[in-house]
Amino acid sequence: MPKITIDDIELEVEAGLTVLQACELAGKEIPRFCFHERLSVAGNCRMCLVEMERAPKPIASCAMPVGDGMVIRTDTDLVKKAREGVMEFLLINHPLDCPICDQGGECDLQDQAVGYGYDRSRFGESKRAVDDKNLGPLVKTIMTRCIHCTRCVRFATEVAGVPELGATGRGEHMEIGTYVEKALTSELSGNMIDLCPVGALTSKPYAFMARSWELSKTESIDVMDALGANIRVDARGPGVMRILPRNNDDVNEEWLSDKGRFANDGLARQRLDKPYVRKDGKLAPVSWDQAFAAIAGRLDGMDGAKFAALAGDLVDTEAMAALKDLMAALGSNNIDCRQDGASIGEGARAGHLFNSTIAGIDEADAILIIGSNPRWEAPVLNARIRKRYLEGGLSIGVIGEALELTYRYEHLGAGTDALAAITDGTSPFAGVLKDASKPMIILAAGAVARPDGAAVLAAARAIAESSGAVRDGWNGFNMLHSRAARVGGIEVGFLPGASGLGTNAILDGAASGAIEAVYLLGADEIDMSRLGDAFVIYQGHHGDAGAHRADVILPGAAYTEKNATYVNTEGRAQRAQLATFPPGDAREDWAIIRALSAVLGKTLPYDTLSDLREKMTMANPVFGAIDDIIRADWGTFGEAGALSSDDFNSEIENYYITDPISRASETMARCISEILQGSAPRTGTDG
Amino acid sequence: MNYLDRGARAIFLAELVSGMALTLRYFFRPKVTLNYPYEKGVLSPRFRGEHALRRYPNGEERCIACKLCEAICPAQAITIEAEPRDDGSRRTTRYDIDMVKCIYCGFCQEACPVDAIVEGPNFEFAAETREELLYDKDKLLSNGDRWETELAARLEADAPYR
Repeated sequence: MPKITIDDIELEVEAGLTVLQACELAGKEIPRFCFHERLSVAGNCRMCLVEMERAPKPIASCAMPVGDGMVIRTDTDLVKKAREGVMEFLLINHPLDCPICDQGGECDLQDQAVGYGYDRSRFGESKRAVDDKNLGPLVKTIMTRCIHCTRCVRFATEVAGVPELGATGRGEHMEIGTYVEKALTSELSGNMIDLCPVGALTSKPYAFMARSWELSKTESIDVMDALGANIRVDARGPGVMRILPRNNDDVNEEWLSDKGRFANDGLARQRLDKPYVRKDGKLAPVSWDQAFAAIAGRLDGMDGAKFAALAGDLVDTEAMAALKDLMAALGSNNIDCRQDGASIGEGARAGHLFNSTIAGIDEADAILIIGSNPRWEAPVLNARIRKRYLEGGLSIGVIGEALELTYRYEHLGAGTDALAAITDGTSPFAGVLKDASKPMIILAAGAVARPDGAAVLAAARAIAESSGAVRDGWNGFNMLHSRAARVGGIEVGFLPGASGLGTNAILDGAASGAIEAVYLLGADEIDMSRLGDAFVIYQGHHGDAGAHRADVILPGAAYTEKNATYVNTEGRAQRAQLATFPPGDAREDWAIIRALSAVLGKTLPYDTLSDLREKMTMANPVFGAIDDIIRADWGTFGEAGALSSDDFNSEIENYYITDPISRASETMARCISEILQGSAPRTGTDG
Repeated sequence: MNYLDRGARAIFLAELVSGMALTLRYFFRPKVTLNYPYEKGVLSPRFRGEHALRRYPNGEERCIACKLCEAICPAQAITIEAEPRDDGSRRTTRYDIDMVKCIYCGFCQEACPVDAIVEGPNFEFAAETREELLYDKDKLLSNGDRWETELAARLEADAPYR
């Protein structure tokens, strides 16, 4: 460990750190534009100059590794003068358009110009102007503002794994662009907006909408995938203006997927803001009392076995816990949170969790991905695999579709044959897994949502056991979910158990008339035509498939509008916070169920959210360990059986529309037409 | 002797006479009152009256929706909403000033980087209802159009001292 002296502070730092990081440890803030902890070192902005003893010139601290006995000064006149010189050069070509720049108020250049800039220019010549590039529907460019720190280029190449951005030209003619003009094809492109230290890359949907200082900031959890990325919801008045990632090294580092970031405009469209009751085949707005009365009138005297409930993919655990209690009080076990009928949640807890943890990917040395497209199901997790891949020494095998996953992998086959080949050891990759010290098997939740799902699950468990992926201190069996509410529902116990009916049985029962009433708690992904003549109660926040079929609609709150707990694919319970209030008459979901229970004469035994949470924690300690993981013990799950010959397909057909919020989002619709279908306006450089 | 002196002053109404003399003196001096509203006093170029949104000579509105005036307004009287205009430029879709909340401090015109929002010389905008004092963008722009000659002259007169 080298010893280093920074402004007379002596400290011992880890070898391999840069001088800039050592200065941070010493509590000295070094201005920088190009340096970023999670990207490679470029050393091209020169803002981080510091003075080093026995060096003839100031050194760029971001590119200088610490050495033993270094003496660094960050507060001398020379350092200040050098930085002021760098700042003056940077400002030569940077336009003075802060008042119309969306970065204004949260701009690194603006902040540092206060510290190191002159108040007037000595540059009399013309400033350069650069053509703006079209990077697709999410990232807006004003390239004249670019200071060529190349953070975006490094992010695209290293983290996102889509080497589409680059610099052309030299010196004053240097321009950042996509060579041939086209939309970025990354699911992480929004992070470039955060990385850009100036206003060259800004958010297109958020353009000119609000200023950073007028937003109220709420820390919350993303529900667009099952990763549970930590987010900050920036709202102004009743509207969510934008969503930004928060740093959490165990979950999303500091990245956020494009859907989580840009689907927020869907929160303002297609909303259910009043209760509705179907009268003469048409939905008519009513009061809460009338809606509850309509439900009570219909359910009065109904046998519990004829009533069923399905929970959707964005539902919080509190609502599911309350609905489960209500259904139990009404004498029904017909509840299910698995809209796709996946065979999970019945065996040991380890069978439905990402047991290695997301941070565990950094340690893995062999990964087998089964039936998943991690790039779409969890883009940030895919970036983590790529990060591990770039370190070297990682073999990756994929069973399923051969897709571009931003890293090189061995394609073992598309169907269950490949799975069987690994189980019986005939595939060479079985040996790779066996020889690995920390092997990981990533099984997509979609791969078990098929008729032979239980057999697929059992086969994956057999692979985990035979390859030694489960041992002391390491559990290499991982289920990758793509639905935010799924793990929470299983942890709450929103499952039919032995005596109740599962999703498919409920739908069949509704079609045949055996089930007379169905409670859809945000469930929109089922085939509504299979509900037959059943009386459908829909509780949710968007007028999606479920609301169209419903006989009674109870307007609920979206994830930014309630204090709620979500459990991510690792089994990590995290709390989302209320950022804006639900629109109109809509209410928090657990409170609706609690109110309904009183009307039905089965009053639930909790009056406040904390009472409900206490009860949930008593039933399952996972809900008491917020932001933490309670590791699952290994056990049996799945059911060995015949595997069908069908190929594995990712459960996500279209990344940009997977749930009611993203389906209502105009930005997501634009992403589909411009990124997936490539209908971006063509320009002269298209040839 | 004192009472003789006082008695004489009282008999000859000396105080009344001196008072009337003063009155007579003012009668011949120039008048300080104005026959408002037919006559008006001189206003400083820095006088802070009714607000206006100005335009460039080519007719383009100056305001670029930077929201600095909204941020600095101590009475929170300004409300702005913005979005990209069809040509991609940054413009307000809503610019409201609550003239009842406004304390006429002039911070908005100081904050404005493009001299769009200004407080003009007009102080005669009293209204019969509260609602008339909730100014929107159209009203502010029409104020700007109406007063532009004077607004430009005021800014020019004050420019050497900035």
